[in-house]
Amino acid sequence: MKGGAVTGIAWALMMAKWRQTLVAGLGVMFGITMFVTMLGFMTGLNHLLDGLILNRTPHVRIYHELKATPLQPVQKVLQDQQHFIRSIRPLVSKNKIRNSEALTAYLKKHPNVAGVAPRVSSQVFYSLGTSNLGGTLQGVDVATESAKFHLADYVTEGDITNLINVPNSIIIGKGIADIMLLKIGDPLEIIMPDASSKRLKVVGFFQSGIKDIDKVLSYTDVSNLQSMMDVPSDHFTEIYVNLKDMKQAPVLAGEISKMFDVDAEDIQKANSQFETGTKVRTIISYSVGITLLIVAGFGIYNILNMLIYEKMDTIAILKAMGYSGSDVKRIFSIISVSIGIGGGIAGMLMGFILSNVIDQIPFNTASLPTVKTYPVSYNPGFYAIAFLFSFVTTFFAGYFPSRKASQMDPVSIIRGK
Amino acid sequence: MRNTRILEANSVSKVFADSGDLQVLHEVSMHVEQGEFVSIVGKSGCGKSTLLYILSTMDTNYSGDIFLDGQLLKGRTPEELARIRNEKIGFVFQFHYLLNEFSVLENVMLPAIKLGKYPRHQIREMALEKLRMLDVMSEANKNPNQLSGGQKQRVAIARALINSPKIIIADEPTGNLDQVNSEIVFNIFTELSGVFKQSLLVVTHDKEFASRTDRIIEMVDGRVVSQV
Repeated sequence: MKGGAVTGIAWALMMAKWRQTLVAGLGVMFGITMFVTMLGFMTGLNHLLDGLILNRTPHVRIYHELKATPLQPVQKVLQDQQHFIRSIRPLVSKNKIRNSEALTAYLKKHPNVAGVAPRVSSQVFYSLGTSNLGGTLQGVDVATESAKFHLADYVTEGDITNLINVPNSIIIGKGIADIMLLKIGDPLEIIMPDASSKRLKVVGFFQSGIKDIDKVLSYTDVSNLQSMMDVPSDHFTEIYVNLKDMKQAPVLAGEISKMFDVDAEDIQKANSQFETGTKVRTIISYSVGITLLIVAGFGIYNILNMLIYEKMDTIAILKAMGYSGSDVKRIFSIISVSIGIGGGIAGMLMGFILSNVIDQIPFNTASLPTVKTYPVSYNPGFYAIAFLFSFVTTFFAGYFPSRKASQMDPVSIIRGK
Repeated sequence: MRNTRILEANSVSKVFADSGDLQVLHEVSMHVEQGEFVSIVGKSGCGKSTLLYILSTMDTNYSGDIFLDGQLLKGRTPEELARIRNEKIGFVFQFHYLLNEFSVLENVMLPAIKLGKYPRHQIREMALEKLRMLDVMSEANKNPNQLSGGQKQRVAIARALINSPKIIIADEPTGNLDQVNSEIVFNIFTELSGVFKQSLLVVTHDKEFASRTDRIIEMVDGRVVSQV
């Protein structure tokens, strides 16, 4: 017997019925394992679902919408009068973002902005031999797109960095490749709206998860497309902005559109169903998690209660020998908390192992080409909650039975024989 | 003469409220002198065990005054009573009540560990010494349930002695033993009383056993009828 009087007795009582102690510990372990695994798995799936939208949509998209001016020039001169001139139509080239240099400079200095990626896009024809295919070519800032955005995740074959490393290169949608029977390394003729054409080398395929997009969209380096379009290097049609705090997107969008006279769309407006979905899924995860913990808690309480009832004789003798009620309470509190801590640690470990197992199960989905196995979150917060809970529950589960034990009258036990 | 009285009860009465206000003890007064070997005898249900548990501080629901080693036991907290029990009273029950979770030696050590007066290794030596005195030292590292009835009772006596209590209180210590073992236990008690001047209070219904003690307190229906 080692340690203090009380810890020594607690240890001896646990060891004397080590099977029962083990079962109690396993009960705690099972609850904690399930909590950690389920919450990790559900959160992983939630992140995956969130990613379906978040990875495709910038937090704020800045563009200049092509539309008729609401105030025809003639109205500016002849206010409140009837006029018949309605012929001033928008210029196509006007869909470029005005003052883009100042705008990007402003965004890059903004404290909440994580990444700024200007894009330029143009209608094109993909031409190979006799077949011509209409589509859209987007010029992207490869370095920023791969560091701060998720474009690289969707490049299934080849590497996005080849767009800079290989001059005059292009990454095409898988749909285009399938239609035109293109392989990596093949040349592809691009015909611009002004009928000029340029030969680009295919360095990769991408899969967005939406077939119709894969049939029309391609990516090239932004300066390459600007030169093909014969426009200056500050000509951008879209600016993608990612924020450190996504919730601020509507505020920033409003600010930008007012300051720079551009259109700015925040992710919340672009995907209003997204927030609801996330909220609902989070609620589901937490309800499941809390249910698991409550069930585990009752299991712990039952086992400890039984343990103490079995030890009534021992408690009576200890009291007759001069151990006080508070000693008895401490003994059983030590037992229950040890079971809680032991079970909690084992549960976290098992939960981690089980999460790892789930993490190995293949999961292939066309919409997320980079995901190969089921997603699992290893958020340390879950582990912390689980451990704290195993500690607190076992403490309370042990507290009430041990209080009963401490108040027990030894005479009634001893004389009952 | 009061200072030599280890244990003294003055007009102790007790009523069992839950069994129709049955009065089990009527104004019981008795005492045990230092080094005295006293037995309480009486028929089953005469209240002798009840008196014993009151005297041993485990039952606190009574009227009257009890002094142990000159201290009044009334009005003390359960914590204080536990301390007194640990330090001043050694217990021997009819059943040995050894804890099977611990070895024989550890069982003997437990009250001393609670007292905390000596370091662990010294307690161990003391416990071994008591076991040697009671001729069960060879069983020290066994589990209590490997011992015979007589051996268990001797270990229980060793446990009662470990804190050098002011008084040993025993409830039918030979009630569960055969003739031979009863004799051994009785001889241990007389030796403790004679050689070590240990005060002893033993409840028994064994007239033969009682007749060999220093003084017999006879109880009938919750009253002390004679103190020889």
